[in-house]
Amino acid sequence: MLLSNKKEVVSGMNTYKIASVDAAFTAEVEERSGQIMSQCYQCGNCTAGCPYTFAYDIPVNQIMRLIQLGQRDTVLKCRSLWLCATCQSCTTRCPNNIDVAGVMDHLRHMAREQGYATEKNVKIFVDTFLESVEKYGRVFEMGLMTNYVKKTGRFWTDMDLAPKVLPKGKLPFKPHPIQGRGKIAEIFKRFREGQRK
Amino acid sequence: MRIGVFVCHCGSNIAGTVDCEKVAAAAKDFPDVVYSDDTMYACSEPGQQGIIEAVKEHKLTGVVVASCSPRMHEPTFRRAVERAGLNKYMFEMANIREHVSWVGKDKELNTNKAIDLVMIAAEKLRRDKPLISKKFDINKRVLIIGGGVAGIQAALDCADGGLEVVLVEKTTSIGGKMAKLDKTFPTVDCSSCVLGPKMVDVAQNPNITLHTYSEIEEVGGYVGNFEIKVKKKATFVDWEKCTGCGLCMEKCPSKKSFDYFNEGIGTTTAINIPFPQAIPKKAKIDADFCRKFTKGKCGVCAKICPTKAIDFEMKDEIITENVGAIITATGYDLFDFKKYAEYGAGKYPDVITSMQYERLMSASGPTTGHIKRPSDGKEPKNIVFIQCVGSRDKSVNRPYCSGFCCMYTAKQAILTKDHIPDSQSYVFYMDIRSPGKSYDEFVRRGIEEYGTEYIRGRVAMVYPVGDKLIVRGADTLAGSQVEVEADLVVLAVGAESAVGAPQLAETLRISYDTYGFYMESHPKLKPVETNTAGVYLAGACQGPKDIPASVGQGSAAAAKVLALFSKDQLESDPQTALVNAARCIGCYKCVETCPFGAIKEIEDRFGNAKAEVIETICQGCGLCSVTCPQSAIQLQHFTDNQILSEVKALCPSMMEKS
Repeated sequence: MLLSNKKEVVSGMNTYKIASVDAAFTAEVEERSGQIMSQCYQCGNCTAGCPYTFAYDIPVNQIMRLIQLGQRDTVLKCRSLWLCATCQSCTTRCPNNIDVAGVMDHLRHMAREQGYATEKNVKIFVDTFLESVEKYGRVFEMGLMTNYVKKTGRFWTDMDLAPKVLPKGKLPFKPHPIQGRGKIAEIFKRFREGQRK
Repeated sequence: MRIGVFVCHCGSNIAGTVDCEKVAAAAKDFPDVVYSDDTMYACSEPGQQGIIEAVKEHKLTGVVVASCSPRMHEPTFRRAVERAGLNKYMFEMANIREHVSWVGKDKELNTNKAIDLVMIAAEKLRRDKPLISKKFDINKRVLIIGGGVAGIQAALDCADGGLEVVLVEKTTSIGGKMAKLDKTFPTVDCSSCVLGPKMVDVAQNPNITLHTYSEIEEVGGYVGNFEIKVKKKATFVDWEKCTGCGLCMEKCPSKKSFDYFNEGIGTTTAINIPFPQAIPKKAKIDADFCRKFTKGKCGVCAKICPTKAIDFEMKDEIITENVGAIITATGYDLFDFKKYAEYGAGKYPDVITSMQYERLMSASGPTTGHIKRPSDGKEPKNIVFIQCVGSRDKSVNRPYCSGFCCMYTAKQAILTKDHIPDSQSYVFYMDIRSPGKSYDEFVRRGIEEYGTEYIRGRVAMVYPVGDKLIVRGADTLAGSQVEVEADLVVLAVGAESAVGAPQLAETLRISYDTYGFYMESHPKLKPVETNTAGVYLAGACQGPKDIPASVGQGSAAAAKVLALFSKDQLESDPQTALVNAARCIGCYKCVETCPFGAIKEIEDRFGNAKAEVIETICQGCGLCSVTCPQSAIQLQHFTDNQILSEVKALCPSMMEKS
């Protein structure tokens, strides 16, 4: 028997115009990721092994196709980019040795830079995480949680975990900064300077 | 000397990036050039006629044609020059297509380079001497390596044409891969029913000598006169006495021997005849499993054999065969499916190769044609076929398409429905490649009449749950993941070059590609020739091929051999080494270095030791010429003086400085 976990069709078929092909987008992805997009022949192995396809709005093989077709807008605003767990199944399985997970990573960067961040909460979580690391040299979980909740208004997120985690001392109320956190802060500083150039 | 230069446009192939008129004009100033012209197609009928007329009109004594590679048209122009009444070696070719117009885009630079190449050719031509071919007798026997369907077809066609054929096969029986197949696409006719009679014909044809369980050890000689050393491996059974009665197989106590013919599905006895239709139907002992060899005592077969054919002391034997031509039909092997760990290949018993599945379906197979799962012997209901296992996959270094897997998978799915009517087959595919006659209709029939479910996408993994295998793949057309609960998973393994193919190629002195497939002389126009004279190709040794294509090539190679043998004598290439006896000091370094044994030691009339080249054996490689301390041995048509004059023409100032 055929057990298909085909999700509900999210949208109807869109017509894309050849005139809307943005070759610069394809070239940008290729340059940043070091991968050659024309090598993808759409075997579907990346999607076949992907553990998050059930949650994706566009399966990863179609993202690869849309990059070939230079569909910047569709790719950069899709939710899948933010749901990818970077588990590397796609990269491991690709018969053409394309680092698919790497491409997804670069697409996330591009999406942030170019003002697309479809999964706002994921972006906020990542940003808050990094803020915490910059400040203490490591993550201060309680602070991260508080800031995340403050920014997103998701007060009940993971609240059910508290009774299990608190007694084990896994969620201290005070930060434990590392020695030499200034050095970590330097890394962030250098990154920002590099970006300005 | 009066030289004529002809610069070919090759349509726009050369003229597109080379100013041919300018090249022709520049050539007029070269020493001894008295005539020069450009022509649209030098190789065409009017082009050749133009050369012939110019030779007569301007009393030319040598001709330079600047056009394509000599590989392409050197013989054409040599014939034209000969028709014009010149010696055909008073001709030089400058390659301004492959070496100039196709590799550079700058017209000015290209034109300059073309002029240089023409100048070099003219300088060499000035030092060319007329050469005369020698004739030699040919041995009208043909060696065919490989007893698969291509080799069988070639052997039968050559034998029908009256030639003596020596057929050498690596395994104990001819038949090759085709003998293992159950049915063949697209007609679904029984493989052994169509192949069997041909195998019998080989055995019965008085013109065919069959050496099975034999391999090529050494190849000496040259077209018309090859000397082949064949190693007849020890079978430990005297085939003169063995009648193929099979009593030994009944009594052999070592019943768990690996069954090579059945691809390891099921087992066989240590002494065995691989399959009932084997030709020759003779037994062989597998020393890896025989108790006499592994434990030192047993010998049941020797006691039971009614003709006393068993000989545990048998040794490999080398025999010599003299032939005039060789057809290589060594076929292919299948991709090792264990490289796909994610499919559980080699780990789960119910993940098998397509060839193992053929044996499961075959009436002569270990299950007498009943499809049973290897794990528990149950009849599978859901069968998943995964295509492109070891094809079109760069990550396993097999980027090429094996060509026939789409078709055999379609066939296996159809046959599965015939064997088990309440079964359902699923095929994971990337593209269906079915360009043969009636091939696509056959695939459609599988889908429309037999209900084969085709799923467009690759499979990521196969894992067991209970006694089922879960196959997880993608359906890229639906844009989703797919899971199938399978009872049996069949991997459509691709073709790769036969084990030992590169080594054999080196023995035969023919070229092979990165993947071990043999190189044809020209991909379109010389598909069964190699670049070694007298060696031909047939079947999948040249690249993956299905049965009709292999049979076609078998016949084609046979036709080539028959054409070669239609003459009683062949002309030798006179571009051979020649000893200047006055300079030769008889050191015989050349004798040691010659790979063809073409140089013999002689004494001149004063009793001095000298070397002499046997022209019909010399292949003109030039090794002797660089070895000779006296420069006494020179390759005619490529003498040191000629090569130096070419270098000097190209860079005169540098030559003077040094």
